[in-house]
Amino acid sequence: MSRLLTLGARSDIARATTQRFAAAGFDCCLAGRDIDNLRKDAADLAIRHNIEANAQAWDVLAADPLANLPLKDAVLPDVLLCAVGLLPDQTQAQNDAELAQRTLATNFTALVPVLEAYAAAMAERGSGHLIVLSSVAGDRGRASNYIYGSAKAGLSTYLAGLRHRLRGHKVGVITVKPGFVATAMTADLDLPKRLTANPERVARDIHRAWTKGRTLVYTPWFWRPIMTIIRGLPEWLFLKTNL
Amino acid sequence: MKIANWGLYPVREAALHRPRQEQLNRLLDEHNLIARGMGRSYGDASLAPHILSTLPWDRLLAFDEARGILQCEAGVRFDTLIDVFLPRGWFLPVTPGTKFITVGGALAADIHGKNHHVAGSFADHVVSVDLLLPDGEIAHCNHEENADLFHATAGGMGLTGFILCVRFRLQRVPSAFIARQTLRARNLGELTALCEAHCDATYSVAWLDCLQRGKQLGRGALFLGEHAANLPKRLAPAPYRLPKKRPKTVPFFLPSLVLNRYSVKLFNSAYYAAKPSKPRQDLVDLDTFFYPLDSIHHWNRIYGRRGFVQYQCVLPASTGKAALHSLLDRIAATGSGSFLAVLKLFGPGREWLSFPMAGYTLALDFPATARVFRLLDELDRDVVAAGGRLYLAKDARMQPDTLRAGYPDLTRFLELKQRIDPHNRLASDLSRRLEMTPCPAC
Repeated sequence: MSRLLTLGARSDIARATTQRFAAAGFDCCLAGRDIDNLRKDAADLAIRHNIEANAQAWDVLAADPLANLPLKDAVLPDVLLCAVGLLPDQTQAQNDAELAQRTLATNFTALVPVLEAYAAAMAERGSGHLIVLSSVAGDRGRASNYIYGSAKAGLSTYLAGLRHRLRGHKVGVITVKPGFVATAMTADLDLPKRLTANPERVARDIHRAWTKGRTLVYTPWFWRPIMTIIRGLPEWLFLKTNL
Repeated sequence: MKIANWGLYPVREAALHRPRQEQLNRLLDEHNLIARGMGRSYGDASLAPHILSTLPWDRLLAFDEARGILQCEAGVRFDTLIDVFLPRGWFLPVTPGTKFITVGGALAADIHGKNHHVAGSFADHVVSVDLLLPDGEIAHCNHEENADLFHATAGGMGLTGFILCVRFRLQRVPSAFIARQTLRARNLGELTALCEAHCDATYSVAWLDCLQRGKQLGRGALFLGEHAANLPKRLAPAPYRLPKKRPKTVPFFLPSLVLNRYSVKLFNSAYYAAKPSKPRQDLVDLDTFFYPLDSIHHWNRIYGRRGFVQYQCVLPASTGKAALHSLLDRIAATGSGSFLAVLKLFGPGREWLSFPMAGYTLALDFPATARVFRLLDELDRDVVAAGGRLYLAKDARMQPDTLRAGYPDLTRFLELKQRIDPHNRLASDLSRRLEMTPCPAC
């Protein structure tokens, strides 16, 4: 039986993606802070899909972020899905150093020791996948969300490096870059309807990327050409935009 | 946003909130609310200026395989339950004519199905329910604890508290198929005689032609069903597999003159003629037997933009047949009926605001016009005179005194409501119209 570990399992994208893997027969371990709701999510997965599911209290910002996580051989997951993230109000983060630091840590730096531990363990075993949620926001720094964006940019580069290191070790690293998604994280934002995806769509794209062995997923697909254009704008032209 | 229920009448402007269960108290501090599931009631039952959508509360929490008892959140849908549990040999104990409803809605309306006469209504299969009361307390309700609140919630139209999760029994079924029998009746007398003669069938419902008068008044067909244990060879290897169907859709509102006296008469005649003159048996899958209209998405659009009202009444056994006759005569005289006319014999009902009672229930669709509303007021008088009542989950226009006459437990219900919700934080357009909760303007 294959095993999935989901970090930040209460995220809407994480829940939709975990359901998809459970439907494909994966046993699931859900890690996050809201243990009461995680237990209910686990119960639902187990009943709905006839698999084993359990919940683990876990906080990426804890002193020992590897505590409570299944790392030993017998319980090492086949797929790790990391949906940990924090989207702060940009203006507030500019003025609040603690919030800015916490944004960078939650989205990038605090994840590094966790991902390193799983990369090493999976490489030793000779199999596995790390699927990590980054964001299109990391593709270019822009005034409206660069503190969040820069953390995701760091994460994307880190994942690319990890993928490069793990080539030949039979461990896949998938970077997922969603655009606008209608989730609890973006509930207060006024997102353009046409461009905003629902978590189920993102989950489908993630699962398909995993089955097809893709490495970089823009979801929905149209963000790839959009970000290619945005990345390609010369700086003097980008400075004239209001993105 | 503009919101309407299945009858597309009335339509109202409302804010739809989708909080997590933990955030509900905070929301309730800001607004009066009514809970809404899939919005499959017909009138104004789950409508209010601020509406709480229970759809995000969609988790299965626990399943006792040995006894078939499921605990789930209120927003879990019947179609999800069928997808998950039918392959394991379980089905809903009671189901209405659509599977696109939530468990919370099923309890709040205390829905009934084709098997009411043997299995009762949905609440009869509920073991316990957790309710969030307006004061923030969570009440665990069952037959022993908070029993009054438990029974008042069945059919209480969401007015007794927010249903958070429900524990209820599924029924074991031998296959995904129903052995169906179709019997034709030349008039109302024959139809009711057939209903009564076959009162030991598990599932039983009749269709009738509501535009016939005179000797053919009430002609129609009775459909009986039993869960099929013995399947033909081609189905036996996968007894719980439902055949896949490609749903159709009504992509836009039809102009209102499409459904008129003549087209309906034509349909009714053709439908009646197609029914076998001698009793016929066949095997159909659960989806076809229970949910024939679900495969036509947005079928409510065939009534056009002005929408329609469904009139469902129940007439007690003693006066039922005579009252049915005069109701049908009145309806046929105006030519206002539709092709969807359903008749069923109920078994004994429950207390409080649950709709079913022993006797005949008749359900009809009508276009939402002033002429029809006048007709329905007249029908109300006949129903009340016969000792019957209307179904709140279908109602869009009855008067408060019709409600009072039909539900002797109304006073008891309103007293309980006053105790647990003295400020009427939970109220709907239905409760205001029927004077169950005060109107702000009054």
